[in-house]
Amino acid sequence: MSPPTQASTLHDCRRAFADTLIALAREDERIVAVCNDSVGSSNLTMFKAEFPDRLINVGIAEQDLVGVAAGLANGGLIPFVSAAAPFLTGRALEQIKVDVAYSQARVVLCGQSPGMAYGELGPTHHSIEDLSWLRAVADLPVVVPADPAQTIQAVRWAAANLGPSYLRIPRIPVPDVTPPGSPFLPGRAVQLTDGSDVTIIAAGTMVSRALQAAESLRHEDIRARVLNITFVEPLDTGAILTAAAQTAGIVTAEEATTTGGLGAAVATLTAQHRPARLRILGVPRCFAPTGSTAFLLEHFGLTAEHIAAAARDIMAHA
Amino acid sequence: MLPADPAGARRFAALRGRLAQLVPADAAPLLREMASSVRRDDLHMVYRAGIGHLGGDFSVADILVTLYAAVLNVDPMRPLLAGRDRLVLSKGHTAGALYATLAHCGFFARHELDTFAAPQSALNGHPNRTKVPGVETNTGPLGHGFPVAVGIALSARLQASPRRTFVVLGDGELQEGSNWEAAMTASHYGLCSLLAVVDRNQLQQGARTEETKQLEPLAAKWASFGWEVREVDGHDHAQLLEVFRRPGTTRPVCVIAHTVKGKGVSFMEDRVEWHHKVPSAEQVDSALKELSA
Repeated sequence: MSPPTQASTLHDCRRAFADTLIALAREDERIVAVCNDSVGSSNLTMFKAEFPDRLINVGIAEQDLVGVAAGLANGGLIPFVSAAAPFLTGRALEQIKVDVAYSQARVVLCGQSPGMAYGELGPTHHSIEDLSWLRAVADLPVVVPADPAQTIQAVRWAAANLGPSYLRIPRIPVPDVTPPGSPFLPGRAVQLTDGSDVTIIAAGTMVSRALQAAESLRHEDIRARVLNITFVEPLDTGAILTAAAQTAGIVTAEEATTTGGLGAAVATLTAQHRPARLRILGVPRCFAPTGSTAFLLEHFGLTAEHIAAAARDIMAHA
Repeated sequence: MLPADPAGARRFAALRGRLAQLVPADAAPLLREMASSVRRDDLHMVYRAGIGHLGGDFSVADILVTLYAAVLNVDPMRPLLAGRDRLVLSKGHTAGALYATLAHCGFFARHELDTFAAPQSALNGHPNRTKVPGVETNTGPLGHGFPVAVGIALSARLQASPRRTFVVLGDGELQEGSNWEAAMTASHYGLCSLLAVVDRNQLQQGARTEETKQLEPLAAKWASFGWEVREVDGHDHAQLLEVFRRPGTTRPVCVIAHTVKGKGVSFMEDRVEWHHKVPSAEQVDSALKELSA
């Protein structure tokens, strides 16, 4: 797979999210959207136009947002909560824990504009802690689609799932990375390239960069196995432990803090079952400086070049 | 999930049938009797478990008993029936009063109350909907139940269902801002099938509410948020029944139920330490005498 570089090949996954939600709402009258003054930023304008009564706007009130959604689920509806990821997961974390996960309410939490999509707006608006926070909450799948195809799959899977889930919808434009016909199953990664030298495990916006890194490594005769993890919880432990056994080491890449997200999950798993050389790429435990999204991804080493360099480093120490 | 108690559910159905025929004043003695029995069970539970919140349990007991026995359209044999009325106990720390009430209604067997807070019991210190039939959402941290109840009432409106939603709030709990977010949402959407009850016992864990963070003028606060406010004696079953039976017409309804923490046991009444104090054996004997009078 060659890495797309043209802007015309990039997509905003919010479009796939909104179109799929509308399609689902036409099929199933239990589907409702719940937002916090986030109609525009969630791309829900068309949903509102077609289903005005089924878009519930609670205003700027995230605790209420998640609690109300749990109540709608209690009444037999299937609510999709759509809100900026930093406020949804930060302000309403206890509601997510108690009202949704612990109560096993059939609520789909959709974190919009996650990671550092809000760039210059600064750390208040960055959602880099969500993977750490939500991995710590029991009984809550944490799903990170990488492109429009996976966003469609994630929304359809979540709507059919009988329990709660968190979907992290990318805003940073991404290319298509998912081969047609790829399965979408909880706890199952999608292997995008074969390779037995080194493994790159990525999620969301980092998947296309992992593929670009693999392509550049191929020119150096290093064969990298790329796994799009998709489900940060439940983790594909089989694919990860196999990679740990069959390759020289694992690079993880996530648009999130490294304190408790994908890299931490891979480290915890491999350390106990199949120790492996790891390079964990993400945001260290710090607040970002001012800068655009592109600047920040470069600043924190979340580029194809940095991923490839980490893979080379593993090979050098193998 | 605990199984229903068919015999208890039959007795409950008979009691409900009787109460439905009675005006509030005539229903009150039956409700008072049931509430005393609930308090006695609760006292045993907390003594046996060595934990619990008797003060708040006893202030809210008459509210819960009146709702379950004479207002809510619920069937203990079919606790998840789609058209059921919903009750959310937002002040989840008074789980003891809720469990004893649910057991009296046949949602599960009364002997299960003996397991309260024991290892692996379904009856945790705070209620869990996946384990206890009749519980609608898990509560414990304050300020959670009200938004959920608003969502339930919204779902009824979207489905054009006549079911009603009730949420029982502590007064100290109203210091949590999430409640006021929910109050705004409910009035914005005109959720007249929603009724919130404030257990206004004037005390929170550490001190009086008005010393800790002033709630008054409480009725004016609710009214200014767009709610119809009704104030009653929260231990007068006739008054409670009258206000609970009457849904709102255009606005959600807030019932401020003036109560006494520890109600029914003289040495507990209006005493802040009985928020979560566990009685001694002698105190249990003394309390049982008062609750059996």
